[in-house]
Amino acid sequence: MKEEELHNELASIRNIMERSSKFISLSGLSGILAGVYALIGATVAWFVIKDHPTAFVHTPPGTFDFEIFFNLISVVEYLIMIAIAVLLASIITGVILSIRKAKQKGESVWNKTSRLLLLNVAVPLLTGFAVIIMLFFKSDLTYTVSTMLVFYGLALFNASNFTYTDVKYLGIIDILLGLATAFFPEYSLWAWAIGFGVLHIIYGSIMYLKYDR
Amino acid sequence: MKIPFEKLDKAFENRVRLQIMSVLVVNDRYDFNSLKELLAVTDGNLASHLKGLEKEEYILVNKSFLGRKPNTNYVATAKGKQAFKQHLDALEQFIKSTKS
Repeated sequence: MKEEELHNELASIRNIMERSSKFISLSGLSGILAGVYALIGATVAWFVIKDHPTAFVHTPPGTFDFEIFFNLISVVEYLIMIAIAVLLASIITGVILSIRKAKQKGESVWNKTSRLLLLNVAVPLLTGFAVIIMLFFKSDLTYTVSTMLVFYGLALFNASNFTYTDVKYLGIIDILLGLATAFFPEYSLWAWAIGFGVLHIIYGSIMYLKYDR
Repeated sequence: MKIPFEKLDKAFENRVRLQIMSVLVVNDRYDFNSLKELLAVTDGNLASHLKGLEKEEYILVNKSFLGRKPNTNYVATAKGKQAFKQHLDALEQFIKSTKS
């Protein structure tokens, strides 16, 4: 056996080990774009909230003000639509860019590793979604953003076993940010903009520079 | 220069076998079709190498059904993992000896 052959052999082993257990067609660019969508969404949300100044006014317990109530309902409707739009745009972008990256490398996107990754992301995310729905039916919107951040962070932490390990730290930061937001829910919009906007852009850029070039 | 060829495992002389083993040491189990796709080999080629590893007792075969489709999973045995590690150690030593 020649030395060069040996090096090739070891390189191929390392490559196979990595590719067999991790989904590495995630694109850093999709992280950056998801962050941009989130910041746009947060800006729109800020204007919506500003246009309805009475929506979040606290009414004394036992009283009921119809105007405030309907204001709140319409604001919440807007906010839900914004969140869904940001989520859908991010997912679509992520899927398209992953397909593109996989094609460039001559691999398929739908394989064992991507299935594992999706399953491990889906469990914490759907749990978080269920919690938010439950809070919603209890008419408690105080902890919506902190719940989103905590469960999204858990999903990323879980996902890091099946893709780039860097995602783990983003997950931890999101969890901590979510917990902090639970103590200061009045800063929810800012936390949302940081957690889903700024952090995605920073992390996406790091991943892009590290793996995509 | 002394080459520890005797330490290199004959079962891993073939590259596909070494690749199969490297997949199975980092994953709890792997199914036939995913292995085929990952290693880009033909059905027959993969099957014969899997047989070879099974004969050495380096891997275990689990046959089950997913609905109606047969689903064959492979698992590395402790013996197989040990052999793989020794093989890599031998390769590493070989590289070191050529460098010095």
